[in-house]
Amino acid sequence: MNWLYDFTYLTQSIHESLSRNFEQGTVVLIEMILVGLAFMILFALLGLVLVYAERKVSAFFQQRLGPMRVGKWGTAQTLADVIKLLMKEPLINKNADKFLFNLAPYIIMITAFMTMAALPFAKGLQALDFDIGLLYISAVSSLGVVGILLAGWSSDNKYSLIGALRSGAQVISYELSVGLSLLTIVILTGSLQLSVIVESQANGWWIFKGHIPAVIAFIIFLIASTAETNRGPFDLAEAESELTAGFHTEYSGMKFAFFFLAEFANMFIVSALGATVFLGGWMPFHIGGWEVFNNIMDYIPPIFWFFGKVSFIIFLMMWFRWTFPRLRIDQLLTLEWKYLLPINLMNILVMAFLVLMGWYF
Amino acid sequence: MKSIINYFKEILFGLKSLVKGMAVTGHYITHPKEIITQQYPENRESLKMFERFRGEVVLLHDENNEHKCTGCTACEVACPNGSIEIIPKRVEIDGRKVKAIDQFVYHLQMCTMCGLCIPACPTDAIVMANTFEHAVFDRSKLTKILNKPGSKIMDGIK
Repeated sequence: MNWLYDFTYLTQSIHESLSRNFEQGTVVLIEMILVGLAFMILFALLGLVLVYAERKVSAFFQQRLGPMRVGKWGTAQTLADVIKLLMKEPLINKNADKFLFNLAPYIIMITAFMTMAALPFAKGLQALDFDIGLLYISAVSSLGVVGILLAGWSSDNKYSLIGALRSGAQVISYELSVGLSLLTIVILTGSLQLSVIVESQANGWWIFKGHIPAVIAFIIFLIASTAETNRGPFDLAEAESELTAGFHTEYSGMKFAFFFLAEFANMFIVSALGATVFLGGWMPFHIGGWEVFNNIMDYIPPIFWFFGKVSFIIFLMMWFRWTFPRLRIDQLLTLEWKYLLPINLMNILVMAFLVLMGWYF
Repeated sequence: MKSIINYFKEILFGLKSLVKGMAVTGHYITHPKEIITQQYPENRESLKMFERFRGEVVLLHDENNEHKCTGCTACEVACPNGSIEIIPKRVEIDGRKVKAIDQFVYHLQMCTMCGLCIPACPTDAIVMANTFEHAVFDRSKLTKILNKPGSKIMDGIK
C-alpha cells in the first residue's frame, strides 16, 4: 500500500523497467502514450461521474430526485446518455464553415487536456512539473475561449454567435481576476511551480496561513473561475432560456458531447487549481507544530485528500449554479470591472504588505 | 467618502443576499425528506392525490343509489366549453310530474377542469374527484354518463 502515499517509486519503477527494455526515444514515446491514456481514462471517468453528480446535486437542491430509472438510483444514466449521443447523427448546418465547425470541439478538448497535464494529483503523480506551472495553466486554460468563439462563428447561427461573443467578453474579463487572485498566493509562496506551492503548505494550507487576504482571494477565485468555465450564474454563453444553447446550438452527437465533457473537465481543472493553491492540493490537513495530529492526518493517502478537496470546490460551484439566477451581460461586466478587479488589486497590496511585515503564519 | 462607504455597503449587502440564497438551497439539500418528487408507477398504491386537485366531475351517489341532481342545467350553463350535457325527463313523484335527469352526460375530452360547474350547482350534487388516470384507448370512452343506472333523486331535494 506504500505506493498509494508516494507515487514517486511507482513512476520510477515503470520508467526503469521501460528503460531496460527499450531505447531512450522509445521509452519517452511509450511514457507519453501511457500518460495520455491515463488522462483519457480520467477524462471519461470525470465525465461519467460529474454529469451524474451534477444532475443529482441539482435535483436535491431543487427538492427533486433526479435520474432514478436507469440502474440503482439512476447511476447508469450517464452511460445511457453516452450511448445515445454516440448513436446520434452528426448534423452540420448547410452554410456552416465545415472545417472550423469540426475543429472547435477538439480545440476545447485539447485545451482541457493540456491544462490537466500540469496538475499535481498526488505526491509524485504529475505529468509535467513546470517551474511556471501556475502561469502555464492560466495561460492555456484561456485558450478554450478560442474553441467557443470558433464554434459560435462557424455555426452560421445568430444565437451561436451571440453566445460565443458573450463568452469571449466574459472569459477575457474574468481571466484577470483568476490570475490576480492566484497571484495573491504566489506572493506568499514565491514560486509558480505547483509542486513547490503544494510543499509550502506542509505546515498549514494557505487559506489559513494567509488568513484574511487569502480568504478574500479564495472567494474571488471561486467567483471568477465559475465565470471562466461558463457555468453557474455566469452561463451567458449558453443561456438556454434566451439563446437556446448558445455556442453549441448547432452541434449534435459526439461533438456536442465533447463540449459537454469539456465543460465538466474545465470545472474539474479549475477546482483542482483552487484546491492546489488555496487548500494545499494533495497535502493532508496539517497544523504547524502539532506532530501527532499531522501524523494521524498523514494516514489518509494524498490522492484522497486531493480529490476530496476538488469535490468540495466542485460542490460549492454546483451550489452557486443551482442557487443564483443568471446575470445580465452588463451586470456581469460591472461585477468584474467595478468590484472584483479593484478589490483584487487592493487585496494583493494588503497581502504584499503582510508578507513584507511577516504577519502570516 | 460617502460613496466609498456605500460601495463597501453594497458589497456586504450583496454577499449577505447571496449567503441567504445559499442557505435556502442548503436547507433543501440537507433535508432529503422534503423532496416532493413522486415515483409514480412504483408508488401507485400509496400515492395520495391532493384534496384540491381537479381530476374529473363526478355525480355523488349515496348507498341507496340516490343522487341530488334535479336536472336544473345550472352546470350545463356554467360550463364554458360544453362538456356537460343534461338530458332531462319527466318522472311522476307523489302523483305529479317532476323534471328529473335521464342522463347526465359528461365529455371528459372537452373538460378543462376549470371547476365552474361545482359552485354553480344549487344542490351540491356534483364534485371534482381527484382521480387522474384518465388515459383510454378509445375516444368514446371519454364520454361518460354520470348518473348510475337505476338511480333516482334523493327525497326532499328540489
